[in-house]
Amino acid sequence: MFLINCPFCGEREEKEFSYGHEAHIARPENPENLSDAEWADYLFMRKNTKGVHLERWVHTAGCRRWFNMARNTHTNEVLAVYLMGEQPPKEIRDMIDGKKKS
Amino acid sequence: MTKYSIFSLLRNAMGYHRDWQQAWRSPDPKPEYDVVIVGGGGHGLATAYYLAKEHGITNVAVLEKGWLGGGNTGRNTTIIRSNYLWDESAHLYEKSLQLYEGLSQDINYNIMLSQRGVLNLAHSLGDVRDTKRRVYANKLNGIDGEYLSPAEIKKLVPIINLDPTIRYPVLGSSFQPRGGTARHDAVAWGLARASDARGVDIIQNCEVTGFDIDKGKITGVQTSRGQIKAKKVGVVVAGHCTVMSDMAGFRMPIESHPLQAMVSDPVKPIIDVVVMSGAVHCYVSQSDKGELVLGAGIDAHNSYSQRGSLHIIEDQIAAVCELFPLFSRMRLMRQWGGIVDTCPDASPIISKTPVDGLYFNCGWGTGGFKATPGSGWVFAHTIARDEPHKLNAAFSLDRFVNGFLIDEHGAAGVAH
Repeated sequence: MFLINCPFCGEREEKEFSYGHEAHIARPENPENLSDAEWADYLFMRKNTKGVHLERWVHTAGCRRWFNMARNTHTNEVLAVYLMGEQPPKEIRDMIDGKKKS
Repeated sequence: MTKYSIFSLLRNAMGYHRDWQQAWRSPDPKPEYDVVIVGGGGHGLATAYYLAKEHGITNVAVLEKGWLGGGNTGRNTTIIRSNYLWDESAHLYEKSLQLYEGLSQDINYNIMLSQRGVLNLAHSLGDVRDTKRRVYANKLNGIDGEYLSPAEIKKLVPIINLDPTIRYPVLGSSFQPRGGTARHDAVAWGLARASDARGVDIIQNCEVTGFDIDKGKITGVQTSRGQIKAKKVGVVVAGHCTVMSDMAGFRMPIESHPLQAMVSDPVKPIIDVVVMSGAVHCYVSQSDKGELVLGAGIDAHNSYSQRGSLHIIEDQIAAVCELFPLFSRMRLMRQWGGIVDTCPDASPIISKTPVDGLYFNCGWGTGGFKATPGSGWVFAHTIARDEPHKLNAAFSLDRFVNGFLIDEHGAAGVAH
C-alpha cells in the first residue's frame, strides 16, 4: 500500500483511489483507416514498464476526479502527480529518457 | 541418476542419509545450445523436460536469474483443476491435469498430487447460471464435473456458512472431483531432476540481459554470465515477459500485477477439499502440514514489487471469515506476493513471435501452476517443430490482431 497525493485533496491512502492503467494513450483520430495490427496496438499492447510508469488514477472515494501519476513500478515510489491533459514534469521525462539511453 | 524407490530409501537409511546424490548438477554454461529456455520456474523446466523426452532435444539450457522455482512456482496456492468454460482452455488445462496424474511416476519424484476435489462457489443467480453452463460445457468436453446444491456442498464442507442472509450467500457450486493440489516445490524440483538426468543444463543465478538477433532471427542471448549462443530461445518468465519483449523489440498485451497468498497457523484437518470463490475473491485449502492456504485477488495497479497492498488481504480475509466463521480467530503465519502477467482476455500466450526462433510462453496471470506440465508439453512442441501444437494454436500472439480472443474472465479469470 502506498500514499497518493491527490492534486485536489492532498495525500490519502491508495485504497481511496482506483487505477486507470497506462496514461497518454490517444484514441486514433481515424479508426476506420487503421490496419488490424494498428488497432490491436491501440487496444491491447501496453508498455508495462518496470521502472517509471505513467498512469491514470481516479480519487473514487474522494473528489472523484482523474489525474495522471508517475510511479516507479519496481518500488511503488510515487514520483509525480500531474493533471489530465498535461505532460509529465521535465525531471520525470528525463528519468524515462535516461533509462532508454542506458 | 539413481532411481528413488523404497529400496534407495532403505539403503540410504543405513548410511544415515549422508550419501544421497545431488538432485541436479550446477554446470557452467556451454558457449552454445540448440535451445535456451529463459526462466527456471515450473513451466520452463517442464518445457526443457518435454523437449528432451518427447522431441529428443537434449542440448538445452534453462537459465534462471534467481533460484529454481523461486518465482511464482514457489508462491502460488498449488491448486490444480481443468474446469474451464471455453473449448480451447478446457483442452489445454485437461491435457495438463492428465499429465499431472502421471507425473510422479513419469519423473520418479513424488509431487504429492492430491485429487481432493475443487469447488467453485456461486453466490448470485447470475453466478448459478454461469456455473451450470460451465459444468455442462466441461461435460461436453469429457471433463469430470457436477453442479452441487447447498445441501450437497454442506456434505463435502461441513464448516461452510450457508446462512442465506449473508451479503454473498452460497447458492451452489461446481465440483471437479479430479481437481486438487500438488506440492509446488516438488513439481519444480522433480522436473529439474528429471530434465538434468536427460542432459539439460540448469543454470541458476544467470540473468538474461539481452537477445542477439541477426536479420530477424535469434542467434543467442546475453546474460550476466556472458554470451550464450542458441538456435532457438523460449522465454517463460511470467511477470517479466514485457521486460523480455522490450529487449527483443516487439510489444505485448500484458500487464504485471502483484498477487498475494498467505498461510495460517497449522491446525488439525478441518477442510479436505479446495473451496474457491471468484465472486468474493478467496480460495482456501489445507496443506498436509495443516496450514490453511489462502489466496487473494490481484492489486489493480501494475507492479513488479512482489508485494501487494494490505487492503486486498483485508477484503479477502473478510470473505473467508464470512464463508467460514470458525476461521475468524486463526492467525496468519506468512503472507507474500508474486508478480503475475495478465492478458486482456485472461488466457495465456504460447506462441511464436515476430523474431524467428524466439518463442514466448506467458500471460498465465493468476492461474499458471495448474498448467505447468501441459504448458511445457505444448511449448516444447512449438519450439521443436517451429509450429504450435493444435492444443495451443489458438493461444497465439496474433489473436489480439485477428480478434479470436479466448475470454475466460467470467468463467475463470478471477479465482485460480
